[in-house]
Amino acid sequence: MILLNASEWTRVATGILYVLLAPLFGGLLAGVDRRITARMQGRKGPPILQPFYDVLKLLEKRRVSVNKLQNFFIVLFLVFLVFTGTLFFSGGDLLLFIFAFTLAAIFFISAAYAANSPYSSIGAERELLQMMAYEPMVLLTAVGFYMANGSFKVSDLVVAPRPAILLIPMIFLGFCYVLTFKFRKSPFDLSTSHHGHQEIVKGITTEFSGASLAWIEIAHWYESTFLIALIALFFVWSNPLSIALGIGVALLVYFLEILVDNTFARVKWQLAIRSAWIVAGVFGFLNLLALTLMRGGK
Amino acid sequence: MPYLKKSPWLIHYDGSSCNGCDIEVLACLTPVYDVERFGVVNTGNPKHADLFLLTGAINEQNAPVVRNIYEQMPDPKVVIAVGICATSGGIFRECYNILGGVDKVLPVDVYVSGCAARPEAIIDGVVKALSILEEKRAAMKAARRAARKAPAAAVEGRNP
Repeated sequence: MILLNASEWTRVATGILYVLLAPLFGGLLAGVDRRITARMQGRKGPPILQPFYDVLKLLEKRRVSVNKLQNFFIVLFLVFLVFTGTLFFSGGDLLLFIFAFTLAAIFFISAAYAANSPYSSIGAERELLQMMAYEPMVLLTAVGFYMANGSFKVSDLVVAPRPAILLIPMIFLGFCYVLTFKFRKSPFDLSTSHHGHQEIVKGITTEFSGASLAWIEIAHWYESTFLIALIALFFVWSNPLSIALGIGVALLVYFLEILVDNTFARVKWQLAIRSAWIVAGVFGFLNLLALTLMRGGK
Repeated sequence: MPYLKKSPWLIHYDGSSCNGCDIEVLACLTPVYDVERFGVVNTGNPKHADLFLLTGAINEQNAPVVRNIYEQMPDPKVVIAVGICATSGGIFRECYNILGGVDKVLPVDVYVSGCAARPEAIIDGVVKALSILEEKRAAMKAARRAARKAPAAAVEGRNP
């Protein structure tokens, strides 16, 4: 029997709640996303529950796969994304969170390579390039949180004396920039696209069908839930009401992502990497430099 | 459960069409008709598709392509021939290179008439195809259940 104190029980409970409720939240977010996108294009759009219909439909379909390995990697991708989100919601370490997140992405890329088709190989290569583009900024974000509030642990950051946004506003902007990669939105939807009839068909997901594709969708729901929570973390301090503020801002950021998605065409990978590194270098580095100088002045 | 009917993803292939029907197919996706209201998504990927929508007649060169796309689609799936050329070859049926309608190479489930087929007619055809898709799903499920009861007979139902 493991003895836990009250705060540890809360952390276990939020972790379990995340595993149970994240697909619900992520699926609804995807449904609202599709509806808003349709409205921006002057269409009525599908029902809000459409992503759930899609996934349930995929589970009814027969799964056609080139080999067993690709489906195995997809299961690992899902498991590690759930693990990543659980680390975050149970108040774990931000660095460990980022490493688990990267590992999950690597499994997804391995799955696409395992299928060994030209389209999924190009998708996998582009996904690797995307990772190169966004990883520096994501790491700088974790470092920024540490510099701002003296801890990598989410459980400490949510009870910090002041919201991190006051100290790392530029890192927040830089993080929002690379979020476009993670949400797979234009102009950085290089490895896959929402509209398949393009040059790389469906890129990294081309070779997955039936249940495997359903797992990928569900994994994305888990992913977008903890990304929303990570945006919210910038605005959270010891005041419990700040969680609502954080979620509000995070949803606003998501709306802006949809707007950007609908206004920009996909860019080439050179521009994607260059711009993401410039943003990480300028916004991330300058913000950390300013923080260091402020500390030195005290 | 009938989730297939709520989320039909289609792949569109242009045989030797004059592009008249293709424009009408794409018109279904525009704000005027917006078939995404019913969950229809135009995937360009046979492995994600449930409906195979063909326009134009089949000729000597595209017959293997059409067969290949059809074979890559996971079951259950339906084929819709859109327009008179896809139905029977239309005005091109006497051409030296034309084999005829789509049913010369694939089992067609729904024929949509017209030259060019109107968007309303195409949507009607898709709705008709969805009930056939649902029948096929039920049959597939029954076959799978029967296979589970008698494992010896399961060989053909197994994934390759």
